[in-house]
Amino acid sequence: MSWLAEVDWASVLIQGTLIGGLYALFAIGLSLAFGIMRLVNIAHGDLIVLCAYLAMIVVNATGMHPLLSIAVVVPLMFVLGYLLQRGLLNFTLGPSILPPLLVTFGISVIIQNLLLEVFGADTRRLNAGAMETASIALPGDVTVGIFPLVIFAVALVSLGALQYLLYRTRLGRAFRATSDDADTAELMGIDNRHLYSLAMGIALAFTALAAVLFSIRTSFDPAAGPINLIFAFEAVIIGGLGSLWGTLLGGVILGVSQSLGGSVVGPSVSMLIGTQVSAQWQILTGHIVFIIILIVKPDGLFPRIRD
Amino acid sequence: MSTVENLLKTKALSACYGDFQALFDIEFEIREGETVAVIGSNGAGKSTFLRALAGALDSAPAMVSYQGNPIGHLPAHQVLRLGIALVPEGRKLFPSLSVEENLRIGGDFGRAGPWTLNRVYELFPVLAERRAQAATALSGGQQQMCAIGRALMSNPRLLLCDEISMGLAPVIIRELYERLDTIAAEGTTLVIVEQDIDRALAAADRFYCFQKGRVSLAGTARGFDRQAITAAYFGI
Repeated sequence: MSWLAEVDWASVLIQGTLIGGLYALFAIGLSLAFGIMRLVNIAHGDLIVLCAYLAMIVVNATGMHPLLSIAVVVPLMFVLGYLLQRGLLNFTLGPSILPPLLVTFGISVIIQNLLLEVFGADTRRLNAGAMETASIALPGDVTVGIFPLVIFAVALVSLGALQYLLYRTRLGRAFRATSDDADTAELMGIDNRHLYSLAMGIALAFTALAAVLFSIRTSFDPAAGPINLIFAFEAVIIGGLGSLWGTLLGGVILGVSQSLGGSVVGPSVSMLIGTQVSAQWQILTGHIVFIIILIVKPDGLFPRIRD
Repeated sequence: MSTVENLLKTKALSACYGDFQALFDIEFEIREGETVAVIGSNGAGKSTFLRALAGALDSAPAMVSYQGNPIGHLPAHQVLRLGIALVPEGRKLFPSLSVEENLRIGGDFGRAGPWTLNRVYELFPVLAERRAQAATALSGGQQQMCAIGRALMSNPRLLLCDEISMGLAPVIIRELYERLDTIAAEGTTLVIVEQDIDRALAAADRFYCFQKGRVSLAGTARGFDRQAITAAYFGI
């Protein structure tokens, strides 16, 4: 396997790590909704894609830079998240986690078909101009794209902001208390229905942020939701439910696995069995690593410690 | 007794858990500054009664009136803002919050008033020493202090205490009841639910005895007929 010597390991690891930031951003919204109200949002991936289309509409209508559309899409999704929770999802919450699962599955189907009806099946992508291809050179002949760096930095800042919100503010305290014991939180004057709606609003605001970055980096179509839901799930589960920085690590592990899958694992296996190298090796390797971690540490790498 | 004097009054209060009716036509009243004990055996409906007052159980609007206004239909988070706080049975501290966060969250959505973090720490100095620890790291008695402090942080006019002596050593129970006297001396109106008749009557001005979801006896705490209470308590 002499070709392995030609693999640019540093580059593979760095690309994987940086894409992990995007997966962590995907995972934030999913993790918040589950952590605070035990709601598994099956429509999460489709909401990401919906946000991408919203960003596209904004960019097409105004001609603004795709990154600036964040200023429109994020507040819009906060409001949509609040209303979705208040008007629909709150009624599905109860002792069983099945009703929200079924209802968000329904929302997932509706969003996919609505997008297909309105926008057709064509793949789309937002053009961010020169910054997409700009890169900086690191010592040792490694070049890193500016845009992947931006995505990773946004993920770090987002997780830091969320950490501040949850552990340093009155609202965050209320979120954690409600997550512990919703009935007793009501006795403390917390209006759970309002609080849950705020949580979904914040979850979808982060989702919108992730979606705009995603729509510049990758092409998308109405059916792109489920695979992104799976990436978000894998990042959350690898990191350990309820752990913010664990989620980032989960995203990075997933990203690096995929990166290695595309450049090392896929080519090696293909060479051994004598087939063409398939791009699917990237995603498959991520899933395999996810399953291995699930077998070795079922609670993830950093499970939240509770009494 | 004129209705204006009543801080809180219930009229034919009934409450259900699903199909099970736990309270039947409870007639109860408490004046501002009074301490009233609710006694009764296990399953008599005492905790249900407090939860109904706190808004955690649904009832018809007119079944509970507070300062002359119907509140039976209000949810718990609105009832708290009116000045009614519950120290729930079993303390129910938030396990992922520290001692200080547990206290703070009691005040976050409550009313303004004399009770602050510092005042609660004066009342229960041991909580100040352990402020940064997880609430679950506290001993049973300290957890109960934390639960009382958390309720006080909302500056209630009416404080509902559900079996604060449960599972605690007598010396701790005595200390807790001394603190309740301090709280009452601030002008806070108290409803104390207890299984221990003597403990409850010693702290209270008046009492109600519950049996199978109904008031079986009511009267002043001093000079009661012990035999009558025992009969009302056990239904013999």
